[in-house]
Amino acid sequence: MEITDKMVAKTATKLSAEDIQKGKVLSVKWTPNLKYAWDNGPALGRYLAELKNGRIIAKKCNKCHRILIPPRMFCELCWVPTGEWVYVKDTGIVNTWVISYVDWKAGRLDIKGGVRPFTPAVIEIDGATKGMGILHLLNEVDPWKIYRGMRVKAVWKPPEERIGAITDIKYFKPVE
Amino acid sequence: MTKRVAIVGIGTTGFRATTPDVSYRELTYEAAMKAYLDAGIEPKDVDSFVSTAEDFFEGYSIADEYSPDQLGAVLKPIYTVPGDFIHSLASAYMMILSGIGPISVVQGLSKASNMLTLSEMVTFAMDPIYNRPLKESPHAVAGLEMARFMYETGTTREQIAQVVVKNRRNALTNPYAGHGVLVDIDYVLNSEVVSYPLTQMDIAPHSDGAVVVVLAEEETAKALTDKPIWIRGIGWCSDTPGLETRNWGEAVYAQIAAEMAYKMAGIRYPRKEIDFAEVNDEFSYKELQHLEAMRIFRKGEAGAFTAMGGTEINGEFPVNPSGGCLGVGNLYELNGGLKVLEVVRQLRGEAGKNQIKNVTTGLAQSWRGIPTATGTVVILSN
Ligand SMILES: [Zn+2]
Repeated sequence: MEITDKMVAKTATKLSAEDIQKGKVLSVKWTPNLKYAWDNGPALGRYLAELKNGRIIAKKCNKCHRILIPPRMFCELCWVPTGEWVYVKDTGIVNTWVISYVDWKAGRLDIKGGVRPFTPAVIEIDGATKGMGILHLLNEVDPWKIYRGMRVKAVWKPPEERIGAITDIKYFKPVE
Repeated sequence: MTKRVAIVGIGTTGFRATTPDVSYRELTYEAAMKAYLDAGIEPKDVDSFVSTAEDFFEGYSIADEYSPDQLGAVLKPIYTVPGDFIHSLASAYMMILSGIGPISVVQGLSKASNMLTLSEMVTFAMDPIYNRPLKESPHAVAGLEMARFMYETGTTREQIAQVVVKNRRNALTNPYAGHGVLVDIDYVLNSEVVSYPLTQMDIAPHSDGAVVVVLAEEETAKALTDKPIWIRGIGWCSDTPGLETRNWGEAVYAQIAAEMAYKMAGIRYPRKEIDFAEVNDEFSYKELQHLEAMRIFRKGEAGAFTAMGGTEINGEFPVNPSGGCLGVGNLYELNGGLKVLEVVRQLRGEAGKNQIKNVTTGLAQSWRGIPTATGTVVILSN
């Protein structure tokens, strides 16, 4: 049976935006309280502790000889426990980047009003195996002048502000 | 005739209230390493993987994407089942039967200690229009069911308390269990009331841990191990989610899942043809309710049989020799994994002090917990 406009008018209740705003329609609001305290384990734990020290640490796989960053307790490709801890540099090159006009909640940035676009980038870290690195942000650079292979260096928060988090590095900036 | 499939490898970390020294990655890695060693395989030999995860329990959305590394499953066929471990086992079993390849792997994990607002996570599973506005505790749902079960079957609180006494005692001699303790019936009855008739001791405390199981098709299984544990029947079933309309006295989901497994296994008289069972006991009364639903006991008889010691390790029909969820810990989506692990250990004769004598067939049953009415059953033979 085809549903006609006439049938809709007879049987349906039309809602306006106002009806919803004024609470004339049942609405359920529920803010879920979901809290977690994740155990870091030895690899992520040491990685974060070293960020607090202003250093980046990796771990070596003695089978494929990759220097793995972020460090892990086992090599996911060789399926063996990883070997020694290795400090890597806080410099590297840009693998890929983006000039983002929206924030993480998909809200528009006021670019015309002078807000700088976000420039997330994957940085291949010096001392780690090629292709391994950190997803972070670029700054102190004209977004339109970033290029693939650009050399960059971490800009750290002052030691007293570091908490053992990826944000202990504020961003990466170009180096000559 | 359908191909036969066996469990050829098991691995676990064991289960503890907290595991602050490792992340979920190392937890699964340890269980997987042990399972592959047990089966005599490497991850490269595996044709398909199935992991088990619930996003809200892990604290990630699309948590399944975090499964491959610690299983050795990077760039291999893998998917995640957001259900019970035995759902995943069924999936892995079907992959072998459907010809994906002779070896598949099942993984499950609990990091329950990392969930700080566990009760609110479970409440969030309730219907937002019908139920959530009433702000019931999830344990109220268990209390409602326990009250109806007692009414319909004549089961007493003392009989139900005996389940707690037995399971937590069994856990003392299971090196994998985290909550073994010696208590008596009075201690259980007099523990703090949560949702009367449910007391604190009737509720399984949570545990962390991981289980990995390796399955293989008959020919491969025989080549890999002298002790294949055959999957003879498997079943799963869900009742309506409606708390308003479901059957509160009987676990119909367990009954239908069991009948599905019995049919596949050719079992007509479960009590006679099965030697022991590991059943879901996240709440003490659930053990009795599940046993009756699965025709191991007639309605109203499981409690009396338990009170007389019939379900002890040396009893006529041992139930939860591992210590169950009450003694090992509530592992959420991994609960079925604990059950399968124990049935395999028993059938291999590797259950140590908790070993039941002369067992050839065991049943593992699980339930997805409050507020679900979803159950899984697998029947295994040596
Ligand atoms: Zn490697």
